[in-house]
Amino acid sequence: MFAKLTITAAADKLAKNEISAYELTEAALKRIEETDEQVKAFITVTKEEALKTAAEIDKKRRQGEKLGVLAGIPVAYKDNMCTDGVLTTCASKMLHNFIPPYSATVVELLQQAGSVMLGKTNLDEFAIGSSTENSAFFTTHNPWDLQRVAGGSSGGSAAAVAAGQVLFALGTDTGGSIRQPSAFCGVVGLKPTYGLVSRYGVVAFSSSLDQVGPITKSVEDCALVMNVLAQHDPRDSTSVKLDTADYTASLTGEVKGLKIGVPKEYFGEGIDPRVKAAVHKALDVLISLGAEAGEISLPLTEYTIPVYYLIAPAELSSNLARFDGVRYGYRSEADDLEAMYIKTRSEGLGTEVKRRIMLGTYALSADRYDDFYLKALKARTLIRQDFDRAFAQYDLLLTPTTPNVSYIKGEVKDLLTEYMNDYCTAGASLAGLPAISVPCGYVDGLPVGMQLIGKPFAEATILRAAHAYEQNCGLERKLPTLNEMGGSPSEQV
Amino acid sequence: MSKYETIIGLEVHVELATETKIFCSCPTSFGSAPNTNVCPICLGFPGALPVLNKKAVEYAVMAGLALNCEIPAFSKFDRKNYFYPDLPKAYQISQYDQPVALNGYLEIDVDGKEKRIGITRIHLEEDAGKLIHAEYGGYSLADYNRGGVPLIEIVSEPEINSPEEAKAYLEKLRSIILYTGISDVKMEEGSLRCDANISIRPVGSKEFGTRVEIKNMNSFRAVQRALEYEVQRHQEVLASGGTLVQETRRWDENNGVTISMRSKEEADDYRYFPDPDLVPVVVPAQWVEEIRQKLPELPDARRKRYQQQYKLSAYDAEVITASKQMADFFEATLKEYDDPKAVANWLMGDIAKHLNTEGIEINETKLTPSHLAELLALLDKGTISGKIAKTVFEEMFASGKKPAQIVEEKGLVQISDEGAIAAVVDQVIAENPKAVEDYRSGQQKAMGFLVGQVMKLTRGKANPQLVNKLLREKL
Ligand SMILES: [Zn+2]
Repeated sequence: MFAKLTITAAADKLAKNEISAYELTEAALKRIEETDEQVKAFITVTKEEALKTAAEIDKKRRQGEKLGVLAGIPVAYKDNMCTDGVLTTCASKMLHNFIPPYSATVVELLQQAGSVMLGKTNLDEFAIGSSTENSAFFTTHNPWDLQRVAGGSSGGSAAAVAAGQVLFALGTDTGGSIRQPSAFCGVVGLKPTYGLVSRYGVVAFSSSLDQVGPITKSVEDCALVMNVLAQHDPRDSTSVKLDTADYTASLTGEVKGLKIGVPKEYFGEGIDPRVKAAVHKALDVLISLGAEAGEISLPLTEYTIPVYYLIAPAELSSNLARFDGVRYGYRSEADDLEAMYIKTRSEGLGTEVKRRIMLGTYALSADRYDDFYLKALKARTLIRQDFDRAFAQYDLLLTPTTPNVSYIKGEVKDLLTEYMNDYCTAGASLAGLPAISVPCGYVDGLPVGMQLIGKPFAEATILRAAHAYEQNCGLERKLPTLNEMGGSPSEQV
Repeated sequence: MSKYETIIGLEVHVELATETKIFCSCPTSFGSAPNTNVCPICLGFPGALPVLNKKAVEYAVMAGLALNCEIPAFSKFDRKNYFYPDLPKAYQISQYDQPVALNGYLEIDVDGKEKRIGITRIHLEEDAGKLIHAEYGGYSLADYNRGGVPLIEIVSEPEINSPEEAKAYLEKLRSIILYTGISDVKMEEGSLRCDANISIRPVGSKEFGTRVEIKNMNSFRAVQRALEYEVQRHQEVLASGGTLVQETRRWDENNGVTISMRSKEEADDYRYFPDPDLVPVVVPAQWVEEIRQKLPELPDARRKRYQQQYKLSAYDAEVITASKQMADFFEATLKEYDDPKAVANWLMGDIAKHLNTEGIEINETKLTPSHLAELLALLDKGTISGKIAKTVFEEMFASGKKPAQIVEEKGLVQISDEGAIAAVVDQVIAENPKAVEDYRSGQQKAMGFLVGQVMKLTRGKANPQLVNKLLREKL
């Protein structure tokens, strides 16, 4: 059953010649064909390229050549990662026709590891949003309930993995854009420590926050992909030099003595009590395995959203200025240069993107810089120190990934409610910390995610805890049944 | 005596002569076909990221040290945001509040008076591309070859008090930069560009007057002329009871005037903020020392040494050391010919004349120090006359041949044989009875005519002293 297949299981079958990479790719393409009209995870499907790559992998295997750890494994990339010769739109009219002449480092790494690209997934335009409703093309539907959002901005990637269209996908996370859709879609999503994974070739949203990470069906798969992605990249000045880690080896199942901090601010009024209950139950599992837990306070949590919504738009306003119609992408002709700029950007960019550009431009303007941007930078340092203090006592922190489960499309109308989607995730982003979302139960048949936040570069620790939980949670591994639009929530498979 | 005092500050951009651009590995070569020295990084393609070229930092630090600056241990890059088609990312990576060098100075000499001009800061940044506006058809073409070439901006204190001082500052700055070798500082190729800020105020006033920025000056002379124009304009406006507007003006070289471009109200807000794609630049003290060791002797030090060691006059030393190539040539020549004054005279005379006419540096000619030394030695030995030496020099400069070879090929050896000259002298006396008569009757200038006749017959090769001596004896 292809939809249920993990990377590890597939790699095993490939190694034993029970299935070929070509057959695996065909199965994935078939699954996409059958389900994507409902899910709408993909902007571009690279069918022919995928089959060709898979055939090459099979040939290499037959010839006994050394293969990468992900040889023959189907993958999808969020469409803000440059792929040489393949349309890269950022779900924006602005880049509707942009074909980059280079690939992002993460794409190159996964290619070298032998994975097979099946296509590019939907997102909120330029990764700005948390539902994919801001995509200029279409909204991705949650495979668990097609009336609901998949989350965002990496909604296409999370939905593609949840719907069993690919074995894993890459997303980007700026304030929660991997973790939140992973929670909504019932899959595993990791945002690595800032600097662990290269940003080269990933279209920037907020350069000091953006990180690429895997979205997978299991923690073990996540560790496997991280083994490939965590590499120093000389093309990214913010990429760190570390010894290569073996994250798979860290999955010992052992959590005895692990100190888990539970920040009370993440269990406050704004959090759905049923979500809280599910996360508490997950904590009990970890305690039963020998972990020690204690309640702590991260008093600056209430400032994370305002700080995040100053820093991210400020950087965004500058990062997106290059989309001016001069060299590539969308261009609207006009009588003079200024008119061309205005028309191109007015027509080429969506409402939410323009709103945040305005927010960021204002925060950076000479008269407002000290009151907004500079103050936000200082607050960011304090928030980081808040986490430092917590990590002086604890090995990791446990919180809900999102305040709620997935909601009906179009249901959230006011911006402040939408921005609160990032409440549980923006803190780790601002502090540059690694954080993983792991499925930890269901509310009304919809997945709930638990977030584990680690110390800088302590991916191994949070993966170990997440894995121990996953192996012992007693939750049945469910798959969405992709009901008809408007049908009832998912059933067990 | 003017009742106003002029205050000028200069902002000079210098392109650094690194092999590759500041944030990517594209070549920096000048004159390539449009858009051939480009890549996703310097074209600002989505997802491309900058990586700092260490050589650019080294060169900027070297400029800082040559201009007596402090080199802070940390500096950082910021984004200067504005839209223009020559700026692919719509922001320029520059340095806002933590530049690579601070608080330096250089010394100028105007009318024999030495003066120190403060240098506020030197910061690193990337150059923009170039737009070529079509004459017809209403379109522009963009060439991004220059985009991302490393620049330093050298900002002076407002301590320059006249257009002449401004020119002297630029000449000294150019000379120092040339000595360090970090740039070829050619204004015509745009590797040195200058903007000026100018204001005037009543003598004795502590407050600055309204400041005007001037752009588009394409030579040092243009800078001086534009500033002279502005000084006069400011004085006339104030004298007629008017008020000056804080604005940016453009120098119109053809008409010799400045024209308003935009006022301060329209000025851009560049929304500077630290570039999150780059980490702070760490400049360890030890590296600064290593760069200091690489610094060559600079023009001021060299000028003082020439006055002491070679007993050159202050003026000669200044002229010779203004160009490193000239000074290096001077010293190389002295290794083979030990008369500093004679070498200096040749360099400042015939050689300088040729260099100026052709607009080149001495190292770009076929002339070598050995050849010059050899020419001077031939002159000393009396092998050739001073007049012949000029002929040989012309040939030497044009062909690069050794002077001895030229002398031999053209049969230019001076005739110092008394017998040979005496025969010609006799012939001239016999053929010019009128001039001989005139001379004997006391007309001195007849002697000049007779000497000329001897030289003519010997095709200029007769030793002039001998000709004079023999003529006098025989008359
Ligand atoms: Zn380049």
